Amino acid sequence: MAAQPRRLAEGGRIDRSHVVDFSFDNRALQGYAGDTLASALLANGVDIVARSFKYGRPRGIVGHGPEEPNAILHLGHGPASIPNLRATEVELFDGLEARSTRSGLQRLFGPFGRFLPAGFYYKTFMQPPRLWMTWERLLRRAAGFGEAPDGRDPDTYDKMNHHCDVLVVGAGPAGLAAALEAARSGARTLIVDEGHEFGGSLLAETRTVAGGSGADWVENTVAELSSCPEVTLLPRATVSGYYDHNFLTILERRTDHLGPMNDGGSRQRLHRVRARQAVLATGAIERPLVFANNDLPGVMLASSVAAYVNRYAVAPGDRLVLFTTNDGAYRTAMDWQGVGREVVAVVDARQHPDGAQVQAAMEAGIDVIPGHGVIEASGRGRVSGAIIAPMDDGGDALTGPSRQLECDLIAVSGGWSPTLHLGSQTGVRPRWSDAAGAFLPGDLGERAVCAGAVTGRRTLRECIEEGASAGALAASRTGFGDGDTTLATPDTEESPESSPQALYLVPHRKPVSRAPKQFVDLQTDVTASDIELAAREGYTSVEHVKRYTALGFGTDQGKLGNVNGVAILAQALGQDIAATGTTMFRPAYTPMTFGAAAGRDTGEMFDAERHTPMHAWHEAQGAMWEDVGRWKRPYYYPRSGETMQQAVNRECLAVHDGVAIFDASTLGKIDIQGPDSAVFLDRVYTTGFRRLGVRRCRYGLMLHENGYIFDDGVTARMAENRYLMHTTTGNAEAVYAWLEFWRQTEWPSLDVYLTSVTDHWATAAVVGPKSRDVLRKVCTDIDFDGEAFRFMDVREGHVAGIPARVFRISFSGELSFEVNVPANHGRELWDALIEAGTEFDITPYGTEAMHVLRADKGFIIVGQDTDGSVTPADVGMEWAVRRNKAYGFLGDRSLTLADHLREDRFQLVGLATADPRTVLPEGAQLVEEPGQRPPVAMEGHVTSSYFSARLDRSIALAMVKRGSKRGGQILYAPLANGRIVSATIVSPVFYDPEGVRQNV
Amino acid sequence: MEKYSLLSLFRHAGRHHEDWPRAWRDPAPKADYDTVIVGGGGHGLATAYYLASKHGVTDVAVVEKGYLGGGNTGRNTTIVRSNYLRDEAAHLYDFSLTLWEGLSQELNFNVMFSPRGVMSLGHTLQEMRDIERRVNANRLNGIDGEILTTAQVQKRVPLLNCSPKSRYPVMGASWQPRGGIARHDAVAWGFARAADAHGVDILQQTEVTGIRQRNGAVTGVETSRGFIGARRVACVTAGNSGVLARMAGLRLPIESRPLQALVSEPLKPCLDTVVMSNAVHCYISQADKGDLVIGAGADGYNGYGQRGSFRIIEHTLSAVCELFPAFSRVRMNRQWGGIVDICPDACPVIGKTPVEGLYFNCGWGTGGFKATPGSGYVFADTLANERPHPLAEPFALDRFASGALIDEHGAAGVAH
Amino acid sequence: MLLIRCPYCQEMRSEEEFSNAGEAHIVRPPDPAALSDAEWGDYLHFRKNPRGLHREIWVHTAGCRRYFNVLRDTVSYEILEVYPAGVSESDAPGKTTP
Repeated sequence: MAAQPRRLAEGGRIDRSHVVDFSFDNRALQGYAGDTLASALLANGVDIVARSFKYGRPRGIVGHGPEEPNAILHLGHGPASIPNLRATEVELFDGLEARSTRSGLQRLFGPFGRFLPAGFYYKTFMQPPRLWMTWERLLRRAAGFGEAPDGRDPDTYDKMNHHCDVLVVGAGPAGLAAALEAARSGARTLIVDEGHEFGGSLLAETRTVAGGSGADWVENTVAELSSCPEVTLLPRATVSGYYDHNFLTILERRTDHLGPMNDGGSRQRLHRVRARQAVLATGAIERPLVFANNDLPGVMLASSVAAYVNRYAVAPGDRLVLFTTNDGAYRTAMDWQGVGREVVAVVDARQHPDGAQVQAAMEAGIDVIPGHGVIEASGRGRVSGAIIAPMDDGGDALTGPSRQLECDLIAVSGGWSPTLHLGSQTGVRPRWSDAAGAFLPGDLGERAVCAGAVTGRRTLRECIEEGASAGALAASRTGFGDGDTTLATPDTEESPESSPQALYLVPHRKPVSRAPKQFVDLQTDVTASDIELAAREGYTSVEHVKRYTALGFGTDQGKLGNVNGVAILAQALGQDIAATGTTMFRPAYTPMTFGAAAGRDTGEMFDAERHTPMHAWHEAQGAMWEDVGRWKRPYYYPRSGETMQQAVNRECLAVHDGVAIFDASTLGKIDIQGPDSAVFLDRVYTTGFRRLGVRRCRYGLMLHENGYIFDDGVTARMAENRYLMHTTTGNAEAVYAWLEFWRQTEWPSLDVYLTSVTDHWATAAVVGPKSRDVLRKVCTDIDFDGEAFRFMDVREGHVAGIPARVFRISFSGELSFEVNVPANHGRELWDALIEAGTEFDITPYGTEAMHVLRADKGFIIVGQDTDGSVTPADVGMEWAVRRNKAYGFLGDRSLTLADHLREDRFQLVGLATADPRTVLPEGAQLVEEPGQRPPVAMEGHVTSSYFSARLDRSIALAMVKRGSKRGGQILYAPLANGRIVSATIVSPVFYDPEGVRQNV
Repeated sequence: MEKYSLLSLFRHAGRHHEDWPRAWRDPAPKADYDTVIVGGGGHGLATAYYLASKHGVTDVAVVEKGYLGGGNTGRNTTIVRSNYLRDEAAHLYDFSLTLWEGLSQELNFNVMFSPRGVMSLGHTLQEMRDIERRVNANRLNGIDGEILTTAQVQKRVPLLNCSPKSRYPVMGASWQPRGGIARHDAVAWGFARAADAHGVDILQQTEVTGIRQRNGAVTGVETSRGFIGARRVACVTAGNSGVLARMAGLRLPIESRPLQALVSEPLKPCLDTVVMSNAVHCYISQADKGDLVIGAGADGYNGYGQRGSFRIIEHTLSAVCELFPAFSRVRMNRQWGGIVDICPDACPVIGKTPVEGLYFNCGWGTGGFKATPGSGYVFADTLANERPHPLAEPFALDRFASGALIDEHGAAGVAH
Repeated sequence: MLLIRCPYCQEMRSEEEFSNAGEAHIVRPPDPAALSDAEWGDYLHFRKNPRGLHREIWVHTAGCRRYFNVLRDTVSYEILEVYPAGVSESDAPGKTTP
């Protein structure tokens, strides 16, 4: 075959000096720079680009833009491949490899098409039940287009935020005029178009504008826009979503037209725009006509045929039959004839078309056949003829015999459907206009203006005029200009048009149910008879029809089929289109890349990691990590050859017998100041703080209003009117928000101020019998004597020369000092403590050892031993709850709710396994009798479970029904792996119940 | 009701599908009914079906302001599972799952229930504890469940990012083989058709504008098509429960929020199970048509707009890209929102109200779809016997006074 | 994606900077102990949840961290009024549907 057999010898906006090599389904082909993949495929005479979804019928290219339903291709291979691109939107680049995505399985179904009406799967595959999964596998294999790329995306994506006065969507004649007006007023203007060139329909325009070509007018306008400092022009960018409060998203394709890049730049960019005003100049999409076998390759939109001829210099056939309901499409016939191709006939549905363009066509010798319709396309794999027949006035019935016209291309035009998707996305329903024969955008209020073909305008002059006024209006609403237009409407070659005819379904000799398939939605293989069937079966809402037949469910979201489908439904139901309505359009207007929506927020940027000032030290020690909230905390510090258990045992024993050090910087810290601090604390904690002495600490338990434990921690009174609250690591933000909520909204009269100081301080806990010895080496201005510095005291002084607060508090039961220094001195402190501790073999320990140590002591961890449904009494902490207070504390009242006084609540207990070496899994459920058949009543579950190095046996904490009264009882944990572990209920305090060890 | 089967399909094909009967009638409203069910979604239609088929109560109307299944039934991500933590919820959802397993045959309508398994990933030690606790509880309650290691997870979901270097590495997962997905619209249609066959009147485009009462008892509903009398009125109007309650002078422990979802373009099969992750905030499955169906989070504020905030979509898609790096180049075809009624304990409210004869079934939050048949079954039983079905009893409104909440935030989480 | 004017910062800022804190003007009962379980449960859990005009609390989390009230339409999402915390419902600007 000759290279590019369907390429015209001249013309088009392509660069013939730049030949582009590409392949389609492994066939090597050539096109030119400036081609889309679709135009290049057509130039090469590729007729069939896909097999249809359900019936496996051959399909060709229909459109030239985002409306294209068939040419859904897979580009490239491997991790950089892209599934499901529309060939009409892919700019051709060297080395492009495209393949069709539907080829195999559907062809098997084709011959059974008759047995596969809409919704056939709801009626079948039910018996025998177990076979459904087999059928499903088959259906799944048949469905779907491209394949997910395999492997990590090599490209990056980024985002950009914009605030503009006027966002103009679409750079066709109306959009350009709008942008120009807005720009001239001085408004900050952003104009966006999905094409790589601005101009829209003007790029395929053969008539003159302002005395020059359409392209010249575009060039001049763009030049002026580019010279305005407040104007941003964004080609290759699609406005995909229109959200509340004039927030719009734009997907810009930055490198896709260059092929795989991987150069570190971003492949696509998501622009997040807050527009004070939006001008929607989104144009319109030509509506196809529904007739038998209208899915044959070679049936195309009339405007697309013109676009291929004029813009890409491709004639997608030799002999054209134009089937139209309006004057506008006649230009396609004229253009076709103009490039030396044969126009077999113009078949016009109207009885008496008499517009200027009709006259011109007849004068040019084109055979115009009025009052006829193409009722069926014939051919195998490609159109070889159009069967036409005379129709009555309304286009409802045939009035005479049919005949065949030999042709290889049928261009169709059933009028235009405004691209009103964006307005509809905001929840504003489109409204039907009989006059326009189309759905028009609903009332978008004061936030946006629609202009051009989207409002039903048909002539170039009207579009430019309306665009200009829309731009001026939008700008004036943002305070720029007075709303008057400045743009002189350019002279355009317009000619009076005769009125179009509404024709949504071309009649056939046979009724719809028996005629060859008349496709309404090509991508989802929905036919007119499917819609009639849905209506017949009672699926009468337009949404039901959509869902029952899949009309409009494709990746084109019904851009071509929607209106015809609604009209056919309306006819089937005997109601008008306005009453039938349309489905709502949802974002995205055209599909949006996941990676672009994710932007940089993947991989290590998926969620910020929080590191303590000592992080690098832990890392250098080879610490394993535990994720706690966003924090990375050292989990344990394995030495070479150690198992986790060995490391944890060693760390625990160092705490018990020597000295160890723990990074406690992640604990939440809230500085509370003001005369009413104590009153405030009394209201948010179950414990009282009013009588707490200065430089003393107290444990506090915080409840939600529902009485369940929310947080706990130690609060110190630093001065008369100043407290420092510690929260759990994971809850720091939530607690702070909770306190501020109450302070600001409920108790604004309290004179108290809260500051989150979590990040201000670094904390090193020096723990163990020798901790005092270590601290004395680095701190001389605090008396560490047991009497002078008691348990629950706080002191201020200098540690390693750094101003420090030292808390004598303990979460391990051992002697313990928590040293707080300003965060930027954290590492310095740590290094000094390590150095001072070396002679005592100071041992760093991680969260696992910390957990074991506290479990030995029966201390709970909020969020592990409690789960948001646990009251203080449930964990035996009534001692921390004061009663009979005037105002009470948050959650107070809930503690006496009927359910919270139940005898059989789950309560905290200790568990000792029969085999001391067996460590119960945390989360194990407990039953009274092993080996019962489900459902089995559960007596409780294990919340914490460890091997205790000190006790040389396993220990566990559990929540057990009436647990506090069941000491000594044996319960069983049937595990998922079939093992059953027995354990005795014991006190949750396993070690040093008298608490003497910390008083050394 | 004409039986659907391969045979009937062949027979109708011979007649060019010209005489398929209506799936359900389009009757004029009668002056009164024994029971009026407000809300023609899955739950309401299921209630009508079981009321008619199990209890012989056929003098029933289902009143729907729009079209059947137009609310959350047709807007959710179709996940079906029963691996709930608390006994009360586990029993209710597992009863529902059992009904799902025979639903296509029961209704003679293929709802395409596809038990392809549901996997909940654990990314932190606490999540693994919760998984252990939940799976053990499930097994003791007779609900299938397993705990998978990271390697087992990777084997079932090859495209999942199981790298230990990821921000929140996959530490394991819970796995419920009986869970899966279904075709959401078909559930509404199947129940509607079967209920209609039992004589239930289905009244679409009929909006309830008031609930009429006399002496503290309900007497019927005002609608856009006039007054319809009823001895019992059952409101099953997810996303609108507060509005209906207000008509009866009641308030509910419910807040209504937009919950978003999105689908990709159709792809060849690449994900054979349902994957959910609380820590990374994502749940995803692949529909039979090939679209990846992805659940996003709920907006942080009340709203009835059936659309949500774009930042939720951004967050969800970054989670998808984090879990499935290969999906980064896949494209979102469509996103939408549904309105979910959220209760403080993430569990529904089923049962009587202070108004005699007025019942509510609401508050299913983000997870109502999976409960559709079970909810309808126990609610029908509750209505027919005028006392709570044993499975529904713990979900009565009075738990918000007694404090006996059934906290399912863990199992409900983000993921449904 | 709401655009909210913080009444303290006096700037229109994007929703991402804010968090919603639920229905506004719920006053904590001055003497909880005097309430029955049902009355307390009502305070804790039952909400107006209107379809239409709604008074709610927001906090400028990523800004001044202060709480304030918003009158917003829960269907159109239009924000009609913004006013500081502490303003009582009877003094609050704007009207809600009864």
